[in-house]
Amino acid sequence: MCVTQSGLKLNVEGKLRNKGLSMGLFRSEEMCLAQLFLQSGSAYDCISELGELGLAEFRDLNPSVNAFQRKFVTEIKRCEDMERILGYLLKEIKKSDIPLPEGQVNPNAPLPKQALSVMEQLQRLELELSEVTRNKEKLQKNLLELTEYTHMLHITKNFAQRNTEYESIQTQYEEFPFLEKESIMDYSSMQRLGAKLGFISGLIQRVKIEAFERMLWRVCKGYTILSYSEIDECLQDPESAEDPRTVVFLISYWGDQIGQKVKKICDCYHCHLYPYPNSNEERADVIDGLKTRIQDLHTVLHRTEDYLRQVLNKASESVYTWVIQVKKMKAIYHILNLCSFDVTNKCLIAEVWCPLNDLPALRRALEEGSRRSGATVPSFVNRIPSNDTPPTLIRTNKFTSGFQNIVDSYGVGNYREVNPAPYTIITFPFLFAVMFGDLGHGILMACFALWMVLYENDRKLKHTRNEIWNTFFEGRYLILMMGLFSVYTGFIYNDCFSKSLNLFGSRWNVTAMFTHGNWTQETIKKPGMLSLDPSVIGVFSGPYPFGIDPIWNLASNRLTFLNSYKMKMSVILGIIHMSFGVILGVFNHLHFRKKFCVYLMFIPELLFLLCVFGYLVFMIIYKWLAFSAKDSKTAPSILIHFINMFLMQGDTIQPLYSGQAGVQAFLLVIAFLSVPVLLFGKPLYLYWLHKGRNHLHMYQGYERVRRCSEEEISLMRAHDMEEGTNHDALMSSSESQSEEIDFADEFLHQAIHTIEYCLSCISNTASYLRLWALSLAHAQLSEVLWSMVMRVGLRVDTRVGVVFLVPVFGLFAVLTVSILLVMEGLSAFLHALRLHWVEFQNKFYSGTGTKFNPFTFSVFHNSINSESLL
Amino acid sequence: MVSCVCCGPKLAACGIVLSIWGVIMLSMLGIFFSTHSAVLIEDVPIREEDMHNQQTPLQPVYALFDQVGYNCFIAAGMYVVLGLLSFCQIRMNKRREYLVH
Repeated sequence: MCVTQSGLKLNVEGKLRNKGLSMGLFRSEEMCLAQLFLQSGSAYDCISELGELGLAEFRDLNPSVNAFQRKFVTEIKRCEDMERILGYLLKEIKKSDIPLPEGQVNPNAPLPKQALSVMEQLQRLELELSEVTRNKEKLQKNLLELTEYTHMLHITKNFAQRNTEYESIQTQYEEFPFLEKESIMDYSSMQRLGAKLGFISGLIQRVKIEAFERMLWRVCKGYTILSYSEIDECLQDPESAEDPRTVVFLISYWGDQIGQKVKKICDCYHCHLYPYPNSNEERADVIDGLKTRIQDLHTVLHRTEDYLRQVLNKASESVYTWVIQVKKMKAIYHILNLCSFDVTNKCLIAEVWCPLNDLPALRRALEEGSRRSGATVPSFVNRIPSNDTPPTLIRTNKFTSGFQNIVDSYGVGNYREVNPAPYTIITFPFLFAVMFGDLGHGILMACFALWMVLYENDRKLKHTRNEIWNTFFEGRYLILMMGLFSVYTGFIYNDCFSKSLNLFGSRWNVTAMFTHGNWTQETIKKPGMLSLDPSVIGVFSGPYPFGIDPIWNLASNRLTFLNSYKMKMSVILGIIHMSFGVILGVFNHLHFRKKFCVYLMFIPELLFLLCVFGYLVFMIIYKWLAFSAKDSKTAPSILIHFINMFLMQGDTIQPLYSGQAGVQAFLLVIAFLSVPVLLFGKPLYLYWLHKGRNHLHMYQGYERVRRCSEEEISLMRAHDMEEGTNHDALMSSSESQSEEIDFADEFLHQAIHTIEYCLSCISNTASYLRLWALSLAHAQLSEVLWSMVMRVGLRVDTRVGVVFLVPVFGLFAVLTVSILLVMEGLSAFLHALRLHWVEFQNKFYSGTGTKFNPFTFSVFHNSINSESLL
Repeated sequence: MVSCVCCGPKLAACGIVLSIWGVIMLSMLGIFFSTHSAVLIEDVPIREEDMHNQQTPLQPVYALFDQVGYNCFIAAGMYVVLGLLSFCQIRMNKRREYLVH
C-alpha cells in the first residue's frame, strides 16, 4: 500500500511541475530538448512556420560537414544571387532618387516554385537595367564629343578670324617667320615653302596646357604655332572626376614629320582631337550638322532616362517584399542544412531546444506547416532526455528588457538560476539617484526619457542608424526610472541646480541666539564665522519634515555635515544590498537541491556579514538616536569603537551603551567561528556523503528491487531529470570515482570562496563609499557651474543686465546638459552598474550560461530601412 | 510673413526646448527673487555700504533683490519670443518637408 501511495504522490507532483509556473523574471524558463521529424515535402513550410513564431533554437546536427558540402547549398547560392541582383537594383533606385515605400511589409517566405518566378523576374530586370544604363552612358559620351567639337569650331573660328586680319597686314611675316633669319639656308627654306601647312585642333585639360605648350616648343623647334583659349562652359566627362575646365587649342605646323610628332605629343597629353575644317563654308556646314545631331541626342537621352525611371519605379514598389522574401528563404535553407536525414532519406530530423511551455505551440506550428504543404503524413515533435545544459530564456517586455540587458551584459545566467534583474529594476535607479541626486537635473532627465517613451512608436525614432542614439533609445525606460528616482533623492538632499528649496520653513532660528543665547549686535559686526548652537533653546526646533534643512545651503560647514551623513548612509545602503544578495543565494541552493549549502554556506556567510558589518550599522543608527546636540562634545567616534572591537580593548574609552564589551565579544566569537564552518563545512559534508553512499549502495539496490512498477521508475527518472540531478544508481560507480578525485578540488574551491568572501566583505563595504563620493562631486560641480556662470549674469544690476542674462542662461543650459547631465549621468550610471555587477552579484550569481537564441524572422523587418540591407 | 528658413529642424527643436526651459526656470527665479528668498543672497550684487546702512537696514538689499527679479522676468519674456521664433521655424521646416523637390 505504501508503494501505491508514494507512486500516487510522485504522479501528482510531476503533473504540478509540468503545469509550469513560468516564474517570469524570477528564474529562467524550463527548457526541453525535442526532436522534430519533418517530412521532406513539408519541411520547408514547417520551418517557415517556426520562423514566424520564433519558438525553437536549432542545434547543428552536421557539425563536421563543410559549408560547401551541405545538402541545400545550391538553393543558398541561388538566394545569394538574388540578393546580389536586389542590391544592384536598390543602388540604382537610390541613385535616381526614387522614394521607396515606407510601410512595414511582412511577406511570408515563398515556396520553392514561387521563388523560381521571383528569380526570373529579378534576372529579367537586371538585364533590362544594365542594357539601358549601358546605352545611356554611350549616348552621353557621344553627346560630350559632339559638344566639344562644337565648342572647338566656335573658338577656332575666332583664331582663324584673327589670323585673317593679320594676313592682310603682314602676310609674309606671319606665314614664314623664320625666312629672314635663316636666309643662308635656301634649300631648307625652299623645302619649307613647299611643305604643306597643316592644322591640328582639339581640346586639352586646363591644367596641362602649359606643359603641352612647352613640350611642343622643345620638340618641334618652333615649326608649330599654338593658339589656345579656354572654354567658359564646363564639360564634365561622366566617368572622370577631374577638374572639367578644358582649353581649345589650334596647332598649325609645317611638314608631315612635324605633324606626326605633334600627333604623338597630343596622344601623350590625352587630348581630344577633332578634324579642322578647311574653309569657312565647311565650318558652317559642320556646325549646323552638329547642332541637329546634338538636338537629336538630347531627345533620345531624355527618352532613355524616362524609360529607366519607369522601370525603376515599377521595381521599387515590390523591392522590399522581395528582399524580405529572399532573406527568409535563405534563413530557412540554413536551418535545413542543420538537420540530418534519417535512413530512409524521406524524413528530416532536427533537434531543438524549446521552452517546455511552448511545446504545444510547436506542435500546432508543425501541424499548420504540414497542412499548408498538403502532406499526407504529418510532422511531429518528440521530447528527448538530455544531459546537456539547456540555454537560458527569460521572457521580458519592453519595460523589463532594458534591465535584463544590463544584467546579461555581465553574463547570461546559468540554467534555472535566480535572476537578479527584477530587483535591479528598483535598486539600480535608486543607487544611480543616490549618486546623482539633484531635483532639477532629475526633472530634465525624466522629461527627456518621457518624450522618448511617448514617441516610442514613431518610426523615425525607432529606425535611425545612429549607434549612440539607439543605445539611449533602447534604455528609455531605464532613463525614465533613473530620472524619477533622482527627483526623489533631489528632494531628500534638497538640491535643485545647487539651490535648496524652502518648502516647509527652516527649523533653525537665528533670533533665538539673541534672545536665549549670548549674541549681541557687536557679535554680528565682528568679522569671521558665527556658529548657531543647537543646544540653545529655540535655535533648533526639530528636524525638517522631508529632506535636509534648506539652511544648510547657507552654512559654511555644509560639507562637514553632509559628508558625515552621506558616508554613513552609503555604508548602510551597501550592507543592506550585500545582505540581500547573500539571501538570494538561498533560492539557488534550495532549487538545485543542495539543502546542506543553506546550513554550511549561507548561514556562516550571513552571520559573518551581519556580526561584523551589521553591528557597524547598528552602532551608526544607535549613535544617531541616542546622542543629541547636548552630548555632542562627548559623543564617541564610531570608527574608534569599531577598531577597538577587533582589538578587544573595550575599557579605554567610554562605552556607547552598557554591556557593550560583552556584546562585542560575543559577536566577534560568532564571526570567527563561522569562518572555519564556511571553510571546511561543505567539503567535509560531501566527503561524508560519498563515504556513506558506498555503504548505502546495497540498500539502494534492495529498494529498487522492491519497486517493481516500471512506471514509477520512469517517473522518478523524469522527476530527477527535471531537477537537474541524476541519482541513477547505475551511474554511481563512476560518480564515486569522480568524487574521490574531486575532493581536493572541492576543498581548494571552497577555500578560495571563503577567503574571497571574507576579504571582499570589507572591500565591498568600502566600495559602496563611492555613493558618497559621486554625490559630493555632482553637488560641487553643480555649485561651481551656478557660481561661475549664472551668478555672473544675475549680478549685473543695471537694465543692461537683461541683455547679458539671456546668453548667460543659454550657456548655463548647454553646460548643464553636457557636463552635469551627460558626463555625470554616464559616470553615475557606470558606478551604479559596477556596484551591481561586482558587489551585489558576486554574492549569489554565476552568470556563465548561454542565451536562448531562437530561429526567428523578426529581425528582418527591423533592419529594412538601413542601407546595409543585404 | 517672411518665409525664410534660417535653421534646420534639429536646431529649431533645440531652440524650443531651451526656450521652454528658460521661461520656466527664469520665471521661477524671478518669483524667488521677488519674495526675497535667503538662499539666493549670494546672487544679488550687494555692496559693502548697503550692509552698514543703519537707518533702513534691509531696504537697499530688498531693492536689489527686486531689481534682479525684474531682470529675470524680462529675460523670461525674451525667451518667450525666442520660443515663438523657434516654433515658427519648426512649422516652416515641416511645411518644406511636404513640398515636392
